Amino acid sequence: MENLINLTIDNRPVSVPKGTTVLDAAASIGINIPALCHIDLKGTCVKNSPASCRVCVVEVEGRRNLAPSCATMCMEGMVVKTNTARVIQARKTVAELILSDHPNDCLTCPKCGDCELQKLVTRFNIREMPYKGEQSFRKKEQTVAITRNMDKCILCRRCESVCNNVQTVGVLGAVRRGFATTIAPTFDKMFTETNCTYCGQCVAVCPTGALTERDNTDRLLDDICNPDKIVIAQPAPAVRVALGEEFGMPAGSIVTGKLTTALRYLGFDHVFDTDFGADLTIMEEGAEILQRLKAFLGGDKSVKLPIMTSCCPAWVNFYEHNYPDLLEYPSSAKSPAQMFGAIAKTYWADKMGIPRDKLVVVSIMPCLAKKYECERDEFKVDGNPDVDYSISTRELARLIKRSNIDFLSLPDTDFDKPLGESSGAAAIFGATGGVMEAALRTVYEVYTGKTLPRIEFHDVRGLDGIKEATIDLAGFPLKVCVAHTLGNARILMDRLRKGELDYHVVEVMACPGGCIGGAGQPYHHGDVEILKARTAAIYREDEGKPIRKSHENPDIKALYKEFLGEPLSERSHHLLHTRYFDKSL
Amino acid sequence: MSKISCEALSRTAEICEKFNCDPGELISILHECQNTLGYLPEEVQKVIADKLGIPVQKVYGVVTFYSFFSMVPKGKYPVSVCLGTACYVRGSDKVLEEFRRVLGIDVGETTPDGKFSLDCLRCVGACGLAPVATIGEKVYGRLNPSDIKKIVSEFED
Repeated sequence: MENLINLTIDNRPVSVPKGTTVLDAAASIGINIPALCHIDLKGTCVKNSPASCRVCVVEVEGRRNLAPSCATMCMEGMVVKTNTARVIQARKTVAELILSDHPNDCLTCPKCGDCELQKLVTRFNIREMPYKGEQSFRKKEQTVAITRNMDKCILCRRCESVCNNVQTVGVLGAVRRGFATTIAPTFDKMFTETNCTYCGQCVAVCPTGALTERDNTDRLLDDICNPDKIVIAQPAPAVRVALGEEFGMPAGSIVTGKLTTALRYLGFDHVFDTDFGADLTIMEEGAEILQRLKAFLGGDKSVKLPIMTSCCPAWVNFYEHNYPDLLEYPSSAKSPAQMFGAIAKTYWADKMGIPRDKLVVVSIMPCLAKKYECERDEFKVDGNPDVDYSISTRELARLIKRSNIDFLSLPDTDFDKPLGESSGAAAIFGATGGVMEAALRTVYEVYTGKTLPRIEFHDVRGLDGIKEATIDLAGFPLKVCVAHTLGNARILMDRLRKGELDYHVVEVMACPGGCIGGAGQPYHHGDVEILKARTAAIYREDEGKPIRKSHENPDIKALYKEFLGEPLSERSHHLLHTRYFDKSL
Repeated sequence: MSKISCEALSRTAEICEKFNCDPGELISILHECQNTLGYLPEEVQKVIADKLGIPVQKVYGVVTFYSFFSMVPKGKYPVSVCLGTACYVRGSDKVLEEFRRVLGIDVGETTPDGKFSLDCLRCVGACGLAPVATIGEKVYGRLNPSDIKKIVSEFED
């Protein structure tokens, strides 16, 4: 422990490792210094510390000016004061100046109640606006997934950091200078004209209402109230481990039973589960993995390996934009949500005698890119989408509150049959490494014909950016790799392009931690413990399931027997597989 | 917007290579491209981003940050009005306003016939002649808004 540094903060001694910021050192002894531009999702690569907002300033003995604690490293013997009158006044003035050109239309702002600037104003006891600055009136943009109102931007640059450093998409950045400075897509274009993948991580980190989701709740209410429509719900695995946070429950609470009840009370005619689609994905993608592996082992030199997962819509957008030369590597399997939609609007709708145009399939997703995915032409039949539209976890929470439903007191109910039955393998789709683990459970047993001795694959779990593992497949060493965030995906794709990617199966998720860290989830406000708690809940959900392998889901078996035949059958190909397009600019 | 020639794009690539495609030389590269081509259209910025291996958004951010860089071609006769302190207190804002009116364009724009572009700058080192404007290499001093129409007409060929 020779590298520990000793200092005092607010007269309290603290010892921290070398390289710790004053902000983190203070947090370690329960001193919660306010910060605004700073975000650090520890253990992931999501970090932004430009020290530009000056909200986190502190007094350091012997230093003339105030120091930004997010960017000031602890030094031996340092004496720090975080709450002197000088500091408190300076912080307040900083916030007042930020407010001077802010629209201050909090009452109707989509971020109201979740806005970090709003919280600071309350915390700093600001009760009037002493400065009135010039206001900006910038062009607003509403895409199918993301809404942009840069008049509310405080130039913290968090979105720029994630878009460039974490996701390496490079669409958002600062342009112009002085008061005219704004964060904009390339050449001030609309998102729709750029490389934007709609991963939405800019929304996930935006402290204010500058970047928010496209809200589909009114559209959903209209459909539910329309007696001519049959509206069915499919919530994604990551939603049930995060929704409770919106109602004050601790992160990592599993609310599956309350979720289904809430969806019924909202007026959905049937409450099914995207997890059913996830099991179906494993059947199809697993069969594709085995097909390519067998061809490879049979000496076929043209087979494309590694096969890559294709569940994540932002990742699909990313390779269509950036790697059009490698489009044959990703699995052709549609995402679980789209598979669900395709089956619901054929197999199930026919069974129930519901005409396609009367059936509305709504997905509840931790994701914003899913909103874009619904709009893809290849997922429509005569203009009617397989999944009509998607709402985020946050939008669902708002809708529950609007509909006078007391979430905390709801009884638990089950999903409806048959599209509501799922395995533990489907549940773990929501965490990075989950799709891989789910696929391995099925691929192993189908390939070897044996029962897995141990069902968990711990090597592919956790928050490491790129994880690898080798699985003994009856003597064949199957090499797999799991990446989350698009920056890590880019590392893998660049290696693949050079012919240096030596794996058989690769999983990619665009968001940090996988879907549990998706842009449609309750805001984490930079607290990585929330993501960890959600991940732990995902694996608890898996452990609690009687069936934990996709190929053992009885309703999936029935679907193949009654309707699809075999995985990769002609009908499966038609309904459950897709193709990719060169969308490079 | 005028179509940029293939020649201009290969010239851009050459300039990048001259600086070893080093992202740290972005500003130097932009300077030389601007001097060579007269402006930095989207296509040129894309080539630079591609050569330097950085997002085109980064290039665009730098281009919009510095007033020297322009994304529209400068006119045959670029007009620059000094808004430095000495010129400003002697009324260069009114001179600028008159140029705007006579040319029918705003600062940073070029007339549709490509003849004049209008910019402002800070000090040409001729404060004794304030207020000052330059057209091409030529310096005009002790300007009065009423002179502008006549000066512009000198360039009507």
